Amino acid sequence: MTVLFGQLFTGVSIGAVLLLVALGLALTFGQMNVINMAHGEFIMAGAYTTYVLQQTITSAGWSLLVALPVAFAVAGALGVLLEVLLIRRLYARPLDTLLVTWGVSLMLQQAARDVFGSPNVQTRAPALLTGNVSLPGGITVANNRLFILGLAVAAVVALTLALRLTPLGRRIRAVVQNRDLAAVSGIATARVDRTTFFVGSGLAGVAGVALTLLGPIGPTMGTNLIIDAFLVVVVGGIGQLKGSVIVAFALGVLQATGEYLTTLSVAKVIVFVAIVAFLQWRPQGLFTLRTRSLA
Amino acid sequence: MTTVTGATNATDEPAAPPQPPAPRRTGGRARTALGFAAGAALLFGVAPLVLSDFRLALLAKYLCVAMVAVGIGIAWGRGGMLTLGQGVFFGLGGYAMAMHLKLADAGPGALPDFMQLYGQLDELPWWWRPFASPWFALPATVLLPMAVAFGLGSLVFRRRVRGAYFAILSQALAAAMVILLVGQQGTTGGTNGLTDIQGFFGYDLDDPVNQRTVYLLIAAALLALLAGARQLIRSRYGELLVAVRDGEERVRFLGYDPATVKVVAYVVAAGMAGLAGALFVPAVGIISPALIGIVPSIEFVIGVAVGGRATLLGPVLGAVAVAWARTALSERFPGTWTYLQGLLFVLVVAFLPGGLASLWALARNRRAEPDRPPRWRRVLPSGRGRTRTEVPAA
Repeated sequence: MTVLFGQLFTGVSIGAVLLLVALGLALTFGQMNVINMAHGEFIMAGAYTTYVLQQTITSAGWSLLVALPVAFAVAGALGVLLEVLLIRRLYARPLDTLLVTWGVSLMLQQAARDVFGSPNVQTRAPALLTGNVSLPGGITVANNRLFILGLAVAAVVALTLALRLTPLGRRIRAVVQNRDLAAVSGIATARVDRTTFFVGSGLAGVAGVALTLLGPIGPTMGTNLIIDAFLVVVVGGIGQLKGSVIVAFALGVLQATGEYLTTLSVAKVIVFVAIVAFLQWRPQGLFTLRTRSLA
Repeated sequence: MTTVTGATNATDEPAAPPQPPAPRRTGGRARTALGFAAGAALLFGVAPLVLSDFRLALLAKYLCVAMVAVGIGIAWGRGGMLTLGQGVFFGLGGYAMAMHLKLADAGPGALPDFMQLYGQLDELPWWWRPFASPWFALPATVLLPMAVAFGLGSLVFRRRVRGAYFAILSQALAAAMVILLVGQQGTTGGTNGLTDIQGFFGYDLDDPVNQRTVYLLIAAALLALLAGARQLIRSRYGELLVAVRDGEERVRFLGYDPATVKVVAYVVAAGMAGLAGALFVPAVGIISPALIGIVPSIEFVIGVAVGGRATLLGPVLGAVAVAWARTALSERFPGTWTYLQGLLFVLVVAFLPGGLASLWALARNRRAEPDRPPRWRRVLPSGRGRTRTEVPAA
């Protein structure tokens, strides 16, 4: 029982990381059909932001708190820059955006190498987040994992509320559901796209801050995560968030269980096979947004 | 208000004015034969004479990459399937060949060196055994990748998973394959891969004469693949493939099954990558996860994009040029090369989607018929506007 719960928690915490990374993708991929491979580098930018802030703010706890909004802004600004310079021109060619943004991600990685050096750097975690919590039944969970889970949940809740309740959220949903109709109804779709890209990329920055708690920061830290995160969005179905949320945790638990029963490498293969099998059943993902839009 | 007009333009793209059917070029066959002969002369005659042994070995390596590129040109350029996992097929071919050569090096009944090192194995794993026979291993280098591509392709394309979804799945396949290879170190050589391959069917690979023979073998294989690819592109099937790329639903309404068409192209591309991987092993003497993972898989695509994805020769020339530029630049300025590679990718894909091949066609068309759209626009799907058939409901 303890083992089972421990594995479950490991899975959930893997899922939380995946979710944080995938949330921004769900926005940009879902709304604009843009496959942003540089999303991983926005994560990296968020992580390095935390590192830089720790050089000036010595208190680990405060620097982490300050890093969350700052990383959001930094990564979001990078995203807007990318959108304005390149992606705007490529909306009709989603596959080409994939390649172009991959080129951008190569350059960003090299830039990180030139600025911060190739070796990984480490941040200090606040004392509050280094220990474990003992739950009744002899189960211990790591504080930093718990924090990330909380952060992921908070991000989902905040994003859902923003999409549901704010005027901006209403415009975003309108553009997702039917871009042309939204445009003729007077919504400045280009501006909405840009804002969405800012928020989606900013969420990558927040994910980067969270990842500093789990491991070292390096130029290629985003690359490994990004594919899993894209799979989450693909399997979850684009156009809404709940699919990504469910799938992130499901994949996390599947990965953890597979890892427990076999090995890490076999677990990855199991996850891949499971995804292909799942797409046989629902090729458009778990939840599809049904609209009358023809495009 | 620009947004509104922009959006309406996106769907209501004015129908292209009817164009007179392009006159069938006369002498096309003779020209192709001539170009083929020139290429053969260059590869077989000039290159071995002019280049040093070291440079020739490098060229052999580039030509292997070019073989993968021919396949990507068919699957992506002609079929619209962006496959970001060709490294998997390259790797399957490479590992099949390397497993056979390792077993041949070790001698009958003996274990390959690395297995004794970290495997603590007493006997060969069952899935290694068939590779001792060249009659199994050599066909497997091509058939194994094709079988995997067939399996994945039929599952995925039949359920109409396409576009970005397929690209991401193919990339995830590459990731899973690498993780599996690295994880099973005892039987796959792990991160190191299969290294230090000495002999190639009784010939010593350290001998420059034999290296030269391997080069000639690779050059011949590339020419054969190009000839095959040309026939495929010119055939009815080739037309159908382009039709599926540009309007899958319309092809379906005409009574064809687009899934079959796509699977064939994907399988052909996988077979080409497998052959390339198999020949890469004797040329370089190593196959490892670092050569087949996500990054090399995307790098296969760069060459194709730079050269011109929808043309026959573009991918080959692009792949060789990019691989050559990498060697030339990354030796001296590794950082600069990464920037340049990224920039190349961005500029070519964003602003010259037809690749460098389209520059030439562009200039030629402008001179001949100033009003006609440039050739790459006719070869690639229209750049502007979401067509109703291509973008899945989102």
